[in-house]
Amino acid sequence: MNSLYLDGVTVMFDGFRALNNLSLIIEPGELRAIIGPNGAGKTTMMDVITGKTKPTTGTVKFGNHDLTRMDEPRIAMLGIGRKFQKPTVFDALTVFENLELALKSPRGPLACWRWRLAGTARQKIQATLDEIGLPDRAQDLAGLLSHGQRQWLEIGMLLMQEPELLLVDEPVAGMTDQETEHTAALLKRIAGTRSVVVVEHDLEFVRALGRRVTVLHEGSTLSEGSIDHVQNDPRVIEVYLGR
Amino acid sequence: MRRAILLACICTLAALPLLNMLPTDNPLHVSDFIITIVGKWLCYAILALSIDLAWGYAGILSLGHGAFFALGGYAIGMHLMRLIGPRGVYGHPILPDFMVFLGYTELPWFWWGFQSFPFAMAMALAVPGLLAFVVGYLAFRSRITGVYLSILTQALTYALMLAFFRNDMGFGGNNGFTDFKELLGFSLNTSSARMGLFYASLLALVVALALCANIVGSKLGRVLVAVRDGESRARFLGYDTLQHKLFIFVLSAMLAGLAGALYVPQVGIINPGEFSPGNSIEAVVWVAFGGRGTLVGAILGAFSVNALKTWLTSVAPDLWLFVLGAIFVAVTLLLPRGLIGLLEGRRK
Amino acid sequence: MAQPSFETLLPRLGESFGATAEAAEAMGAMGDPRALPLLRALNDNRLGRTADGRLVIDGRDALTGEAAPSPAELLRINNRVRVALRGAMGRLAIVSPDAAERAAAAEAVFRTRSAENVPLLEAALAREALPDIRARLELALGASRLISNDPAGQRAGVAALAQAGTADARNLLLEVRASRTELAAEIDQAIAAIDGKLAFRRAAETLFQGLSLGSVLLLAALGLAITFGVMGVINMAHGEMVMLGAYTTFVVQEALRSTGMAAWSLPLSVPAAFVVTAAIGVALERGLIRHLYGRPLETLLLTFGIGMMIQQSVRLVFGAQNREVLSPAWMQGSLLLPGGIAVTQNRLWIIFFALAVLVAVMAAIRFTRFGLQMRAVVQNRRIAATMGIRTGRVDAATFAVGSGIAGIAGVALSQIDNVSPNLGTGYIIDSFMVVVFGGVGSLLGTLVGAMTLGLTNKLLEPYAGAVLAKVAVLVGIMIFIQRRPKGLFALKGRAAE
Repeated sequence: MNSLYLDGVTVMFDGFRALNNLSLIIEPGELRAIIGPNGAGKTTMMDVITGKTKPTTGTVKFGNHDLTRMDEPRIAMLGIGRKFQKPTVFDALTVFENLELALKSPRGPLACWRWRLAGTARQKIQATLDEIGLPDRAQDLAGLLSHGQRQWLEIGMLLMQEPELLLVDEPVAGMTDQETEHTAALLKRIAGTRSVVVVEHDLEFVRALGRRVTVLHEGSTLSEGSIDHVQNDPRVIEVYLGR
Repeated sequence: MRRAILLACICTLAALPLLNMLPTDNPLHVSDFIITIVGKWLCYAILALSIDLAWGYAGILSLGHGAFFALGGYAIGMHLMRLIGPRGVYGHPILPDFMVFLGYTELPWFWWGFQSFPFAMAMALAVPGLLAFVVGYLAFRSRITGVYLSILTQALTYALMLAFFRNDMGFGGNNGFTDFKELLGFSLNTSSARMGLFYASLLALVVALALCANIVGSKLGRVLVAVRDGESRARFLGYDTLQHKLFIFVLSAMLAGLAGALYVPQVGIINPGEFSPGNSIEAVVWVAFGGRGTLVGAILGAFSVNALKTWLTSVAPDLWLFVLGAIFVAVTLLLPRGLIGLLEGRRK
Repeated sequence: MAQPSFETLLPRLGESFGATAEAAEAMGAMGDPRALPLLRALNDNRLGRTADGRLVIDGRDALTGEAAPSPAELLRINNRVRVALRGAMGRLAIVSPDAAERAAAAEAVFRTRSAENVPLLEAALAREALPDIRARLELALGASRLISNDPAGQRAGVAALAQAGTADARNLLLEVRASRTELAAEIDQAIAAIDGKLAFRRAAETLFQGLSLGSVLLLAALGLAITFGVMGVINMAHGEMVMLGAYTTFVVQEALRSTGMAAWSLPLSVPAAFVVTAAIGVALERGLIRHLYGRPLETLLLTFGIGMMIQQSVRLVFGAQNREVLSPAWMQGSLLLPGGIAVTQNRLWIIFFALAVLVAVMAAIRFTRFGLQMRAVVQNRRIAATMGIRTGRVDAATFAVGSGIAGIAGVALSQIDNVSPNLGTGYIIDSFMVVVFGGVGSLLGTLVGAMTLGLTNKLLEPYAGAVLAKVAVLVGIMIFIQRRPKGLFALKGRAAE
């Protein structure tokens, strides 16, 4: 398993520093929560890790792989999966087909053309359908799902990729308390065999995860530690409550 | 249900040339005119399929598919020109008439090999495929999508039209190629040649339909839909969408080239007018009218719009462009799923 | 041989056929403008002489123009006199009061290449004021001197030809070089000087043609840049709006044809075309296009269909053949800039017009309330809506302005292109290339894009031909987009997404 390593990463948009000399290390199997006010650079950080945005300066490595030199598909195939803030599933495909697309398998056009759904793959999809609570909706178009169900489908697609590192952006927005609990439990269970980075506004959820927390502010790390440590850090209090 | 209707249609089409052989006073007799025109529509249907594959499934709206069609036509046209041999007006054993007229002393290198039918057919597929590969690679690599791609492909066919109008390109300039004599040893003016071409087109359409159905029914088809609806998301899932788009664009261009290659011997002429941007966009409207994203819809659209065109241009030629314009407006505003959507909507 | 004066020659007219012919020849060589009407009248059998020896044309004194008191006897001519008259009149045309006649005569004298023309040309040059004709006269004088037998005159001739700097002068020098070995060095220098001038002139003319094409593209693309930039709407009927603008010009011209306002028809066409096309634009936007926002491909097809119907309507109403739109006098002809660079007036006007329209649009966007609202909608449509901007109205107005500018472009194009139903078809693709190349949403980009495309086209044309130049530009744009997918002047940051 690989660790994620960001060092001195800066991203400039038109003279505006979306990330400012950000450094971060995620150990293999770690579960890390990242919080921060709007505009702190959380989404830009995700974009940099997944190859959507190239950093102006700085190092981004996953194990020995230099992520700044790779595009999105190659980074995804390397084992970095991402769940977006706004669930983006393919509305014109069924729930089952969405999961099938995400399933770890050869990605080339000819391989896709020849691909046949084998027994083990079907079992994996079925298992994920059970995990995300949508076994009855398998043949429905994803466009017909409710917001919460789409969140679950997106998490399911992330699981199907069997990534080494999961980047999860606001997973519990629009979920009921019960579902939030379920999600926290799921992420905790996954961590250990995989690394997980969760970006979340919901401090209760972060507390429920009970792991190491990083606070971002204006593109760099403001504070890092347990949730209690972070919540008592005067700089964090100033950023969240001050001014 | 779709399948049954489709089978019935194919059988009816296959029966047409046989009915043509009935004596002319028989009420079931089908005229030569009908055979020629339906033969043309079969080629248009293949073109429509190719556009639907790229647009309806992968979201690539090419306004330059007419260029691939015309290139396929030119490839087979070059073969037909070579077959004229000494029967041309100037009686030159090798050079086509227009080259003698323009003072060529020998065949340009890009005409080599076209005396062979398999070579010409291979070129009819390879040249559009290669062009699509180059254009597609450049465009998709820099994430040119949507309307940008449409305009780019339109500019492409426009530029090709201008280029083919030039005499010094070596493709007959303004007049293109015509006065074909024979193909594969059959004189083109006989009814048996007409019948042969008709069946060849029908077979090509059925094979193309089967191929497209196989693709869209496979996981590749679902990846294409994913690319169409959320390309960026598909990339985060690990799909290098450039490859998938390029694959389908090249395949689609080759299908269009095949359609053009079958079309030219039936109409007996190919000239730079085939590259006109209007032709490409009209073909897009066949697909939209029939119902994009359904293969049967594309074929239905090609047949119905062209049937309407044939009828209307004979009874009220001034009206045709208004009707065609109205079809554009209707399919975008009122019939987003086309005729197929209308028919299936009713049934539900 | 002593030079006889004009006055001494007068009495000899009509003395005898031989004397008349000699006098006519002498007058032709002198280049006195007073001689021309006399000789013409003589040639037409209208010149008479009164008993007191005064010359009379149609009952008026030939020199003073006063009414002649006494009857005159018409002077007779024979074939010998006619030949002499023809030669003399041809040379004297060089001092004719009509500028076009003078220019043609100077050209003819240059072609006859006779050393005897030197005094005539010197006389004409002393009198000539128009720079264009002076240049021609100097060229002819140089040529005549070059073939004279006077070495100093020859040198002066070479210098004059070098000064004239035309291709004709260069050819003449090359011709003479072999037979005038003693002048070879001077002639070579002169040829080199001419080559330099010709190269400069060619470059200047290419530049002008490029700017001219660029300004046409700018006019055609400006409206498109606005609708595409603000609304993301590809208006395929844009070319038809341009065409409608050209036809509006034609209709205005026909309506004013027999009125006193005829000379004003072109300036009046500008607001007329704007109003007509803007109204059609609003109708299209509110009636049809509005329903397809967020679906650009469908909009593209819809507007193409509309364009098709507009084109066919115009074809049915006005016919498929070209309609003639006249140019006002102040736009006709060409202007000769220093250095012998000829620019056509109408193209020069269009360059200024295009820039004026661009400045007006930019000012409107920058300084008016509508412009502010429009910029807000471009930046963020949803937030603009929450701020109370009626985005629907902004869209309609934007579409109106975009279409109206297309109509104005049509007025300009009616001056240099055929006014036919498919006028717009040729411009739509190039206009899109301009917008894409310049960067969507930037009018400055549209300007730079249009000029770059125009210049590149014209620079490549001499080497590649018009068609291949177009193809090369297209391929160039495709490669350019590889490096800068958002065009030259791209919006950056979050607003661009």
